Amino acid sequence: METYYESYGIVTAVLIAGVGLVAVAFTLARIVAPRRQLPEKLTTYECGIDPVGEGWSQSQIRYYIYAFLFVIFDVESVFLFPWATIFERLGFQAVVEMGIFVFILALGLLYSYRKKVLQWA
Amino acid sequence: MIAALLAASETGNFINDLFDSFWLVLALKVAMVLGLALTAPLAVGYMEHKVLAHMQHRLGPMYAGRFHGWAQLIADGVKFIQKEDVIPKAADPWVFTLAPAVALVPYIALFLVIPFDNTIFAENLDVGIFYTLAITAISVIGVLMAGWASANKFSLIGALRAAAQLIAYELPMILAAVAVVMQAGTLSMVGITEAQHPHWYVLTQPVAFGVFLIASLAELTRPPFDMPVADSEIIFGAYTEYTGLKFAFFLLSEYAGIVAFSAIAAVLFLGGYLGPPFIGGLLPGPIWMSAKVGALAFFIVWLRATYPRLREDQLQRFSWVVLIPLMLLNIMVTATLKVLVK
Repeated sequence: METYYESYGIVTAVLIAGVGLVAVAFTLARIVAPRRQLPEKLTTYECGIDPVGEGWSQSQIRYYIYAFLFVIFDVESVFLFPWATIFERLGFQAVVEMGIFVFILALGLLYSYRKKVLQWA
Repeated sequence: MIAALLAASETGNFINDLFDSFWLVLALKVAMVLGLALTAPLAVGYMEHKVLAHMQHRLGPMYAGRFHGWAQLIADGVKFIQKEDVIPKAADPWVFTLAPAVALVPYIALFLVIPFDNTIFAENLDVGIFYTLAITAISVIGVLMAGWASANKFSLIGALRAAAQLIAYELPMILAAVAVVMQAGTLSMVGITEAQHPHWYVLTQPVAFGVFLIASLAELTRPPFDMPVADSEIIFGAYTEYTGLKFAFFLLSEYAGIVAFSAIAAVLFLGGYLGPPFIGGLLPGPIWMSAKVGALAFFIVWLRATYPRLREDQLQRFSWVVLIPLMLLNIMVTATLKVLVK
């Protein structure tokens, strides 16, 4: 069996190799690809007409309340994974405890549903 | 049961058994993962070309490589690398350049933990499934970076839609995976596969399997969940301003994503490298695993030829009002049954 550092060393090595692969490919493309930059070519694409206003304009992010809910449930899932691996050994008590936890969060979801925030408005 | 699982998860990796030198093993594993991550997506991409073509009564690529255009995607790659790299003047050049790498590298790293037999895998992490779900979520940051850095209205809208989709469908996917982890009692990919010895989890967790497939389609922004790249209204979403190799990397990450999610679904629900009962021993594990990944990838391509896209608000509502409560219920039912039946 490998040690902890050996297994995660390989994860790091693959990440470094992936970044290296992208870097090599970009360098190769830089050497091979032609470069003729014209002002028209460098304009922002907007269906062929001159771009109107700015690309970094304000836009309405319609789902920021979803994002809050997402964070809450994502953290819940981090708690769920360790529980899921061992709850069988802990028995019925562990199921009831997690049931209460999930129920409270589900209640929050129900509340936000009743408050009509789960709408793309 | 648990002792058997532990024994199974401690089976040696075939590379570790062959060689002693840590650095040699490391180099071989990295080469294996990179090789798999660069070839499997090409196979799926070619399949998509051909399957979609035949579903639409076309032939698809026929010339490259002479035999039914098998080398079409290799030819595409060679072409992409020779294309001019245009960075719009309004764009943020650094973020614009880094975005394809951020989208692609997580999927390469994901291939590390996919098991092809109980000894054939690059690494059997203790937290395997947790690692895969965590690392796939990073890819969307690349799309968001691309959309923001392009300074293009279409790109920005596409990127925001992609992020919204991730937010909505990450949760049902994780919760579906939790139900499987509860049944298997382990997070390791090999351990989960070994725990499915008599029957696959698709039989005990059919609802979770369906939800997992739907959620992975949404995470991949594949039809019918392809609002972020809806070409009829926002050109090609976050990738609108991309050309040449950078564009090719986004495409590669999409196909790598199809392979990756098919492989995760195969491990979680279809018994991974285990064959079906009775005839399972006829073929070796890697062939069963590849067949399952291929079948799921075919299914994902099939949907593209079948369904129109969903509207963004329908999509969000479906996840929050239907899928997430359903999966929470699924977890509690699975927990109760498992403790009672034990």
